[in-house]
Amino acid sequence: MTTIKSLEDLKKLREQALQKRDVKRAEGAAQVIVGMGTCGIAAGARETMKAVLETIEQEGLSGILVTQTGCIGLCEKEPIMQVVVGDGPKVVYGKVSADVARQIMKEHVIGGKVVENHVIPM
Amino acid sequence: MRELALHLMDIAENSVAAQAKTIHLEVEEETAADRLWICVRDDGRGMDAEMVQRVVDPFVTSRTTRKVGLGIPLLKAAAEACNGFLEIQSQPGVGTELQVQFQRSHIDRMPLGDIAATMISLLVAHPEIHWIFRYKVDGAEFLFDDAPVKEVLGDIPLTEPDILAYLRETIESGVREVHTMELI
Repeated sequence: MTTIKSLEDLKKLREQALQKRDVKRAEGAAQVIVGMGTCGIAAGARETMKAVLETIEQEGLSGILVTQTGCIGLCEKEPIMQVVVGDGPKVVYGKVSADVARQIMKEHVIGGKVVENHVIPM
Repeated sequence: MRELALHLMDIAENSVAAQAKTIHLEVEEETAADRLWICVRDDGRGMDAEMVQRVVDPFVTSRTTRKVGLGIPLLKAAAEACNGFLEIQSQPGVGTELQVQFQRSHIDRMPLGDIAATMISLLVAHPEIHWIFRYKVDGAEFLFDDAPVKEVLGDIPLTEPDILAYLRETIESGVREVHTMELI
């Protein structure tokens, strides 16, 4: 088992993350919520979540809060993803495939521009 | 759902909804016994016998006071179609244990699917929960307990890019190693 060694690695990563912290605060945090009810999972929400996490990793996005919610009664629009950037409005997206999730991450979360054609009017 | 890993995720979300603090996810494949066994065990609020009956068979019961999903009945039907079973043991205030088993070689058995992605999604989406994952194929076992990781991290969230990369690599390679053993 390599557990002990990898926990040492993790400690280093923690130090690095602590150093980056102040930078991230200046950028303004973003919140991403993925619907993970049975309907969401069946519609592909795990791949949506995976695409969100991959983008965070690849683009080195710090300070993004990723969480999940259950069924919100819009099963036919799943996978559903909600995005809030800084003090901006809450935007709910529907039919968020992995590709759409990557697009939202790049254009909305990083770029600050809402991806209009996937917004669900609430 | 096309993967057992997705069902596993769905069942685990039930445990989350039941306000569990610790959730164990276990997957065991045994080639000699020709079985694939999955267990989700939590210390959530639990259910009484009537509620257990209702989550397993939502269309047969008369009470409609509570919302009951279709995740469990679908998984049960899939298991029974593969010479398997689904069983729930639960006690109010103590927790719930769900076991599901398939004949591993059955032609209709769903593939296990991307179990690493399921683990990572659950871990990241519910950082407040203590997750223990165990994946075993014959003699090889991958065990991931998130407690030591969270202890090292302190208040650094799991969603920081470097931490995500660490978690993904640890879990993906752990699952892969067990899978490789299967072929030997």
